[in-house]
Formats: sequence, C-alpha cells, structure tokens
Amino acid sequence: MEIIKVENLSKKYVLNRKKANNTLRDIFTNFFRPAGKSVKNERILWALRDINFSVGEGETVGLVGNNGAGKSTLLKILSQIIKPTGGEAVLHGRVGSLLEVGTGFHQELSGRENIFLNGAVLGMKRTEIEKKFDEIVAFSEIEKFLDTPVKFYSSGMYMRLAFAIAAHLEPEILMVDEVLAVGDLAFQRKCLNKMRDVSQHGRTVLFVSHNMQAITRLCSRAIWIENGEIKQDAPAKDVVSNYLNSQSETSSEKVWRSSPDAPGNEIARLRRVRVFDEKDNKDSAFDIRRPVFVEITYQVLQNEQILMPSFEIYNEESVCVFTSNDLDKTWRNKPRTKGIYTSTARIPANFLAEGNFFVSVSLATYEPLNVHFAERDAVAFLIIDSLDGDSARGDFGGQINGVVRPILDWETKFVE
Amino acid sequence: MKEENYIINQNLPENITSVVSTTIIKPRTSLASFDFREIWRYRELFYLLVWRDLKVRYKQTFLGVLWAVLQPALTAAIFTIVFSRIAKYEPSDVPYWLFALSGFTFWTFISSSVTFASNSLIHHKELVTKVFFPRIIVPASAVGAYFSDLLLTLVILFAGILISGIALTFKVLFVPLFLLFLLILTVSVSLLLAALMVRFRDVKFITPFFLQVWLFISPVFYPSVWLPEKWRYVFALNPVTGCLNGFRYVLFGTPFDVINLLISVAVTVVLFVGALIIFRRMEDDFADLL
Repeated sequence: MEIIKVENLSKKYVLNRKKANNTLRDIFTNFFRPAGKSVKNERILWALRDINFSVGEGETVGLVGNNGAGKSTLLKILSQIIKPTGGEAVLHGRVGSLLEVGTGFHQELSGRENIFLNGAVLGMKRTEIEKKFDEIVAFSEIEKFLDTPVKFYSSGMYMRLAFAIAAHLEPEILMVDEVLAVGDLAFQRKCLNKMRDVSQHGRTVLFVSHNMQAITRLCSRAIWIENGEIKQDAPAKDVVSNYLNSQSETSSEKVWRSSPDAPGNEIARLRRVRVFDEKDNKDSAFDIRRPVFVEITYQVLQNEQILMPSFEIYNEESVCVFTSNDLDKTWRNKPRTKGIYTSTARIPANFLAEGNFFVSVSLATYEPLNVHFAERDAVAFLIIDSLDGDSARGDFGGQINGVVRPILDWETKFVE
Repeated sequence: MKEENYIINQNLPENITSVVSTTIIKPRTSLASFDFREIWRYRELFYLLVWRDLKVRYKQTFLGVLWAVLQPALTAAIFTIVFSRIAKYEPSDVPYWLFALSGFTFWTFISSSVTFASNSLIHHKELVTKVFFPRIIVPASAVGAYFSDLLLTLVILFAGILISGIALTFKVLFVPLFLLFLLILTVSVSLLLAALMVRFRDVKFITPFFLQVWLFISPVFYPSVWLPEKWRYVFALNPVTGCLNGFRYVLFGTPFDVINLLISVAVTVVLFVGALIIFRRMEDDFADLL
C-alpha cells in the first residue's frame, strides 16, 4: 500500500521579494511607481521542481543531497509547515515530523513540564504522554533532574530528553531531518537503534542525513535530490555510492592517459588503479560480505628491474588500516622485462569495517632503495554493512567501533 | 488541506482497528476555509501554551501574580487622582475610582493581550517554522494567558463594589456575556495584528501608538455622556464603547443605549470574521516569511 504519494510537487521562491515588499514604505513606493516600471530585480528559485515518488508501508527511505538541494523543503512540505507552489502529496496515516530536536522547549520549565509541552507540540495527546512518561524518562536518563529547569541541563542531557520525547511519538509516518548530527556517539547509537525499531514495526520513515553510513544502514532505498530535482531514486547502496562519487575527486578508478602526467620515473610509471568486486561493479560501494580487489596497472620502461608493488589502506580518520606487499612468487625478486603489468590483491570478505577507505599505491625497488612512484589516496571506495544479519554486526543496528570487522569463530559452552 | 477519517483494519501487532487519517497537501487556493475540527484536535497544545505563558510570566518577579492586579489598579488610581481631586468630576452615583477601575480592568486586558499576541508569531518562530499545527493557536493562547489576569482583576473589582456599598442586581448575571464580547473583540484585533506583523514588521512600531489612540477614544476613564450627542453613534463604531457601557450598566446601572450596543456588536462580528479570513489567508506563508 502506498503510504506517501507525491506528484509533480514544486516549490518556488521569489527572491528579493523580502527586500522589495516587506515594509509599508516599500508598498507605498511601489504604489507610486509608474505602471510598467515595476522592479525587475526578482530572481526565481525553484527549491523543488516536479518531484514524483511514492513510499510503501514500512519502507525506510533516505534523502541525500547537498545543503540547499531541497531535502528539508520537501520534508517541510510533507509535514505541512509550508505550502507547495504546485503539485500534490497524499499521506495515509498520522505524520510525526522531527525537523529539529527540542522544538518548543522552554528554558524556565522543568524536564517534567517540558515533556508534556514538547509532546503536545509534536502532536501527542496528554493521555498518550502520561502512558509513555516513564519510558521517556528512562530513555533520556535524566531521572534525577526531572524537576530541574532545563536551563540548568548540560547540552547532552537536553538532547537526550528532546530525542526521547520524539522517539516515543510512534506515528505511522516518521520524518526525521538531520537530528543525528548532534550528540555524542553513545547517544547517536541509541537514536539509530530506536529509529531502526520504528521502521521494523511497519512504520514508514523518511530520513534526511549527511551521515551516509546511517543511510545505508537504516534505509532500503534512497532518493538523491540535486537542485530541487530527483537525480536518482534507487536502492540506498547505489544512491549513496553515486552521491559520494560525485562529491569526492577520488573515485574507485583512476587512469593516467599521458605518461608525463603519470606518477613515476624513467624506470616505471603508473597507468591505472582501480577497486572492484567479483561482479566487476562499476560503482564504488561494496558489500562487506564480499571480497574487494585492488588492481595496480603500471608500465615498466627498462629491462632487468626488480620491482615490488604495494598499497596502503587508510580509513576516514586517516588511520592506516594495513599495508600490503605483492608477494606473488612469479615476479618476487625476479627481474622483469619492459611492458605493462597488473598486480591485483584480494581483500577478503568480512575484513574491513564499514565506511570510506582510501588507497595509496606505490612501486619500489628495495636494493638499492628506489621508490618509482607513491601515489597517495589514488582511489577511494565505500564498504557497506547492511542489516541482513549475516555480517559481523549480527543484529545490532548501531555504530560499531573498530577499523576492521572480521567474523570470528565463537564457541559458547554451558559450564554449570 | 483536507482530512478524512475512515476506519481500516491495520496489521498492527495488537491487531486493533485504528483510525487512519489521510492528509492531502495541495498548493494554496484562494478559497481557503478554516478547519475548526483540526483546531479542536490541537486544543491540548492551546492549554499547554496558556499554562506555560502563565507559569513563566511571573517567574523571578518579587510580587509575582500580584502584578496582574496592580497594573489596572495603579492606572485607575492615577486617573482617580487626576480627575476626582483636580477636576472634581464625579460622573454618576458610582465613585470615580470604581468607575475607572472597571474601565481599566477591561482595558488592561485588551492592551496587554494585543501587545503580547501581536508579537507572538515572531516570538514562536521556532515552533512555526519547525512544527505543524493550526497557527491560530499561537496568538489565541497569548490572549488566553491574559484572560486569567482579567478574572483575577474582576475579583478585586467586585471587592471594590462591595466596599463602596453598591447593591448588585440580577443584571450581574449578564457579566459573562460581556466578558465573551471583550474576548472576541480582543482575539480579533490580536489575530489581525499578529498576522500582519509577520509580513510587515512596521506593526511593532504602530501597535503602541494605535493602543494609545484607542484608549483615548474609548470611554475607559471618562463616561460616554462626555461625548457630544451627535457623535455618539460614531463613537459606538469603536466596539470598546458598547462593550464597556454594557458592562457598567449591568454592574452599576449607569446610562446605557441599546442601539449603541448593537452597533458595537455588529462591528465586532465583522472584525472577527474579517480577522479569521485574513489570518487564514496569510497563515500558509508564515513559515516562509519568518
């Protein structure tokens, strides 16, 4: 069943109108301006243009795109905060939207009072809030400060309380805009788990975030919005990888066509670096459960060279996850003739953690030491760990620490 | 925006029958109508906003809720000193201080509510731009939060009537009607100014001036009989005239004119309907303009 149906939805803003018509003075000056000589300094901005999509029951859809692309405008229209200029949207079910955490909180009121106030702002009935009161307090972990005005709360306590209220809203359609950008890691983990619970209870979720890992983890599908239009509407993994590719200069493949530009020296030059999987995927997002291959193609320009290709993998925090040398016996410590070579390494499945990785490649001769080329961050790729239960994350939906994520052999015995 | 409710059997874990509401979002049309059912659904938010304003208003003040009474009482006292001591004027059998107190009981409610409510949408910008609810709740709750102050002042006014020995008649039973009149009048002006303020911030500067002029053309601290006979019906176009004259009639039995009252009621009805229509037509743009 279609829970959300959006047809040709558009939102137009006329810029400079604020300047031209917002005070009485402007009205008067415009009134006395000769007809036909009206100010033409208006600029029209389409925040959204002909947006079409529908969302089924229980679907979790992520909205990705740059700032100002129209994601928040879309959520605001679907939350009935602003009116569209054209088109139509039909929603079946109670809508709960969380465009900001803690809207309507009053600094002078206590935590207890704010739970009722904020609950009402979000559209909850008093009886509903009373029923869930203990749960909300337990989730927020602020029992001791329940009767303290929130102005004395730390920002962490404030956020926890605010999210706890929103998380217990239980609408049929939940819209969330970037609320996970705040708060510490433990809090974010808690929120993501809660949102996962919500979507697993058959509720429909629309989720805006710049956290691509959260999108791939929570959403089955994603919509990429650019300049007010839908650029792609596909499985989350595909959309996220395309989006990330468009964002970064580095993609999963890099080719140097002319030799003067290519890294290298008179002995060897780099020609191509690429990362791919068994399916020879062209995009740069790979499933954690499948091996990934790093391939280095280079041209050897002189005979009788002993060469050692190698690469390093860095994660988003610039931590070197590992270094790998080519130990293939065919060419190890053996002189090579001129020509083009490819060296391919297989990174096993269930090894790297999820996230973005950067590959630095190099080619060297060790005796005497001569580095022919060392290209930092030549290519990048993304590892995705979706919630299917057969990866190392198991059934846990939150953030997992660690630069690697292997599946280990576990054995549990009953002792007594 | 249209809401239809129908019953369907959902696959909820408890397998209960639940009411699913369908929301249709469309561009603004010129024939926008007020959805009173929707406003009714959000009544709890209205109560909570009123309660919050009350709770916060007198926090960290020394005299607290006494201020609600002190404002009209002190103003009435000042006018009493000026008029009954210097000008030696007593309008009727009613002592002037009581006459002035009855006037400022109503007037303080009007001026406080209008001042507070006209700023309310801007003050609650965060709510208006981040959450959906009928926007009328914001200025309405601002007025609602001063209604309790009015009730408190009325207690003082009745105490004053008892002290001065004026005998109340059965007509006092009509007091609630005039309170309703006052409330509708105040809500109308508040809605109008609050909506206009979002678009034209000039309203912020005009409001205090407007209230000052309004006070002087209203029989708050002087009786209507002071006004020239031929202008009496013109002054009745100001709804405060009919409202206050009627209120004083049921309390003190001061002179009262029915046509006068009817004119004021008619103006208020027009004002109220007009304010609702204008507010409704402007509210769709609030979130974009704020």
